[in-house]
Amino acid sequence: MSIPNTAAMPTVSFISGADGRIRRRLLMSRVFAWTCRFATYSALAVLIVLLVAIVYSSVGRLSPDFVTNTNSTNPVKAGMLAGLWGSFWLILFTSLFSVPVGVGSAVYLEEIAKENFLVRIIKVNLANLAGVPSIVYGILGYTVFRTSAATLSIWFDGNHAFGVLGLFRVRLAKLPIYEDNILVGALTLTLVILPTVIAASQEALRSVPSSIRVASLALGATRWQTIWRQVIPAALPGISTGVILSTSRAIGEAAPLIMLGALSYTTMCPGNIDSPVKLLTRPTQVLHAPLDQFTAMPIEIYDWSKQPKPEFTEVAASGIVVLLVVLLAINSLAMIVRHYASRRLKW
Amino acid sequence: MASITPKSVPPAVTGVDRDLDMSEHSAAIQATGVDFFYGELKVLFNVSLIVPERSVTALIGPSGCGKSTFLRILNRMNDLIEGARCTGEILVEGQNIMDPAVDVVLLRKHVGMVFQKSTPFPKSIFDNVAYGPRVAGEKNRSVLADLVESCLKKAALWEEVKDRLTTSAMSLSGGQQQRLCIARTLATNPHIILMDEPASALDPASTDRIENLIGELCANYTIVIVTHNMQQASRVSHQTAFFYKGILEESGPTSKIFTSPSKKATQDYITGRFG
Repeated sequence: MSIPNTAAMPTVSFISGADGRIRRRLLMSRVFAWTCRFATYSALAVLIVLLVAIVYSSVGRLSPDFVTNTNSTNPVKAGMLAGLWGSFWLILFTSLFSVPVGVGSAVYLEEIAKENFLVRIIKVNLANLAGVPSIVYGILGYTVFRTSAATLSIWFDGNHAFGVLGLFRVRLAKLPIYEDNILVGALTLTLVILPTVIAASQEALRSVPSSIRVASLALGATRWQTIWRQVIPAALPGISTGVILSTSRAIGEAAPLIMLGALSYTTMCPGNIDSPVKLLTRPTQVLHAPLDQFTAMPIEIYDWSKQPKPEFTEVAASGIVVLLVVLLAINSLAMIVRHYASRRLKW
Repeated sequence: MASITPKSVPPAVTGVDRDLDMSEHSAAIQATGVDFFYGELKVLFNVSLIVPERSVTALIGPSGCGKSTFLRILNRMNDLIEGARCTGEILVEGQNIMDPAVDVVLLRKHVGMVFQKSTPFPKSIFDNVAYGPRVAGEKNRSVLADLVESCLKKAALWEEVKDRLTTSAMSLSGGQQQRLCIARTLATNPHIILMDEPASALDPASTDRIENLIGELCANYTIVIVTHNMQQASRVSHQTAFFYKGILEESGPTSKIFTSPSKKATQDYITGRFG
């Protein structure tokens, strides 16, 4: 093929706007970019307005004693201590239950299970489970866990954790068992976040290159050693971020807890532990806390917002601010953990 | 079992002693009538091959001819693939590894493998080499330290990394990573080392070092290497096996295969007419 004579070709201009069709395409491109920008910033603006409004209305009540006082019918004295401790215990046990079960399930589904019909059904439906409204899990928790707790409290005559079918009791400690206790709440919240924890862990496990597994097996490692020494450490940043972010979702859940019959007004912290010092020095009370009644931060906020006295609006707003600060702290923790977990890996 | 005097000085020109008399070597691997299937697809047809111990056997052939599949059968890495099925008999040092009673973990410790893509673990150089002994239960730090040193020396990597054993294995260059993988395989104290195109992703200088290494290692280890590179096969191996469409067309001493092959397909392949 001969090279065409350049002199015979029409002159081309690279100046912008020289070609009508290109001008239209560029315009479309710009309109699209601006639409996306508008969508982002309008959502952000609404969020900022809400946040400012909440902080503004909390000014009247938000003070250090708001987090050291327990609830009160007097809006000036009402505080969030019981809710903070309630949420602390809930989250503690929710993580204790959801991490082994969630990570274990993810490891089974991704690393061990052979691809069969049942496994496929489970994998597909995990996404559906994550979308189930939390109030549905609340009903499930009420039916299964609360009823079991009620049965247990009858067996142990509601007073002795160490009793055998009500026949004889080991009086190590007098531990009243409530039906609507922390453990029941934590088990229910575990159900709420479990699909998310499993999905996040699966995602993290999938992102570990399979060459690492093959190389480990080729060096004579068993499947267990390969999973425990190579796959899980490599997936740990992803798993821990997923777990912490799911946990922070659990902190904000009110619906399933209300369903379970969590207290909406109480001045008692679970196990009567109202300071970190007591947490470390009162073992019997610590033992009692998981079986005690509780309230949680979102429940208290919900309760205050329903109060007829207008001053409680400030209290509710203060509650929201505290809840947001706690959530922010947890999310920062997730980032720090991710950073350190991935630094221990020497990629 | 005849004793072979290992070469103390690596050869100046890459390559192995072609005149190695393998008739005195007993068989490290003896495959008889091996058929292999991925589900319904049959990829190996009645393959029979004897690999003499303490020598290098090269498996050559065009892509998809089954040479890598055959290599992975030898330490049962194909077990990991769902639907894979293998029939026939493969004796590794006299034991049939197709026997269901065979413990693949023990087999893989004995028959090590180096992959095409270097796959260091996201750990330190030391931890990479110590991984095999550690999963086998070795905890003594000084034993591990000695082992890591000797394996890195055998893999000709010690001088380059001895001052930074705690740094990430990922910081090494591609050629160094591949030698690290060889050191890691040596640490499990195998008798047989399988190499699946160990140098195909490396630059010529690194390839040269790997080939030199193979020449040194074959004094003490039985090596089976899959390669696409005909020159490499002729440089490093004592025995060559030519696979074509799942059939072992021809095998024999490398010098014979590359000078006077008995099959036309072999002739066409080694002269670059296809593949």
